[in-house]
Amino acid sequence: MLKGKAHKFGDNISTDHIAPGRLFHLRTNLPELAKHVLEDADPDFVKKMKTGDFVVGGKNFGLGSSREHAPTIIKLAGVNAVLAKSFARIFFRNAINVGLPVLVCDTDKIDAGDELEVDLSSGTVKNLTKNITINFNPLPDAMVKILNDGGLVEHFKKHGDFDLG
Amino acid sequence: MGKTIAEKILSSHSGKDARMGDIVIASVDVVAVQDGTGPLAIQQLQKLGMEKVFNPQKSILFIDHAAPSPRAELSNAHQILREFSKKTGAVLSEINEGVCHQRLIESFVKPGDILVGADSHTCTSGALGAFATGMGSTDIAIAMATGKTWFRVPETFKIEVRGDFPKGVYPKDLILHIIGLIGADGATYKALEFCGPTIEKMTMSGRFTLSNMAVEAGAKTGLIASDDITREFLKEEEREEDFSLIKADEDAEYEQIYQIDASVLEPVISVPHAVDNTRLVKEVEGTKVDQVFIGTCTNGRLEDLRVAAEILKGRKRHPNVRLIVTPASKEVYLEALKEGLLEVFVEAGASVTAPGCGACVGIHGGILGDGEICVATQNRNFEGRMGNPKGFIYLVSPATAAATAIKGEIVDPREFL
Repeated sequence: MLKGKAHKFGDNISTDHIAPGRLFHLRTNLPELAKHVLEDADPDFVKKMKTGDFVVGGKNFGLGSSREHAPTIIKLAGVNAVLAKSFARIFFRNAINVGLPVLVCDTDKIDAGDELEVDLSSGTVKNLTKNITINFNPLPDAMVKILNDGGLVEHFKKHGDFDLG
Repeated sequence: MGKTIAEKILSSHSGKDARMGDIVIASVDVVAVQDGTGPLAIQQLQKLGMEKVFNPQKSILFIDHAAPSPRAELSNAHQILREFSKKTGAVLSEINEGVCHQRLIESFVKPGDILVGADSHTCTSGALGAFATGMGSTDIAIAMATGKTWFRVPETFKIEVRGDFPKGVYPKDLILHIIGLIGADGATYKALEFCGPTIEKMTMSGRFTLSNMAVEAGAKTGLIASDDITREFLKEEEREEDFSLIKADEDAEYEQIYQIDASVLEPVISVPHAVDNTRLVKEVEGTKVDQVFIGTCTNGRLEDLRVAAEILKGRKRHPNVRLIVTPASKEVYLEALKEGLLEVFVEAGASVTAPGCGACVGIHGGILGDGEICVATQNRNFEGRMGNPKGFIYLVSPATAAATAIKGEIVDPREFL
């Protein structure tokens, strides 16, 4: 069970918002890059967030570049999971590969500051502030396997190959 | 039921009857990283104890995003790629060689291939009839070491185009129009297949522009059947033997079909800060501009530079506009040099830079100041894309970019043709 506060973002949060090109030189220093995560969408995000909080987006979260650094620094910053109405393809796959849960659900029912409780196994988000339960779409089985192993590197270490069947 | 191009290629590479929605593990033919994503991929391979590549000739490390390096941190990142190349035999594409996607189509990818690259515009090679798609560093690391990866077989949107382009309208205007139509997330997880009489007549250069931007509609790849024009392109690249025919079956199943008449199109522009935020150029005419950038994997090819040079020849950039021209590769640069195009640009007041991605990705060589407006031939206009979240980016064809550089404000290029 994951529990934390919601930080709300709009539609089309791009990888340039999450890990901008002007900080390209920090890509080989991820802890430093993580201090700037989502800075170009909300300059105060890193100051406001606490370990275990949730990033809550609108539609097409993570569009743009293939930079895996984007989900990696969201995770490194201590975010529990990203919730959005939809995700861009590469970001979604990258998030699973680095072990960051990404959940597709109706985020209109979540406001900034709401306390959330996410149950990955039952596929539900409880909005404790609003006292409502929101269901999220289950991940494809192949992705559940990778996520449960802790990401693609761990998956490969454990199985020595893809074991998605 | 017949198969789409995506289903055919994923079937031949997985040994299965791959149909949309299936999960398959497929062999890959070409694997690429660039200097922004490569060091992390190598780090992942080190974690796995798998510092090797499945096929050194088809595993390519491109130094193009920060080339030549503007900072020590990036020079150090480049060292990681050079050392890995020495250790494994993977091909190193050095700072002078050009943008990865341009290099991949010139020298590495062939029809029917699967190309995976740690860069979202890897879909560019789809115009060769290859299943080409972008992924993150970890996926690419494992593909590079093992020669395989997993895919969900995508549904396909068929984009059928007929009609001749009117004067002043180019493939870039067409793809911007298509993205405006589909939306930035309208084709998420899907493959696009561009076809129809207009595509059949289009040069490879124009086709690459279309496929390059498939990802801007959310798509996994943008495919085009191979034909005599593909063969001719490969012949010019001195690798005609790489040609093979690949096309969809007549009775292939498509999730959606779009029909577009190119003959009624006008010059199109994407306005800040979304690629699907499209307008006609004439609707935003008069907007004052600080910088014009012509280049990138979208529109930095010889044909693009010819169009821009035709407009700029004998003219000067507006005194308030900086003009930056970046050929997409060494090959393009040399040809442009021989044809006298670079002379035209320099005479017109342009900064002609070394091949690379720098300005487009906001790393170096054209970073915007606060509140500045840039008209560019690239594929993205996101907030912060050109190195400053306080900048504003408009996306256009090379013709519109060149005309705008002269006028100092956004202008329909047809008055300069």
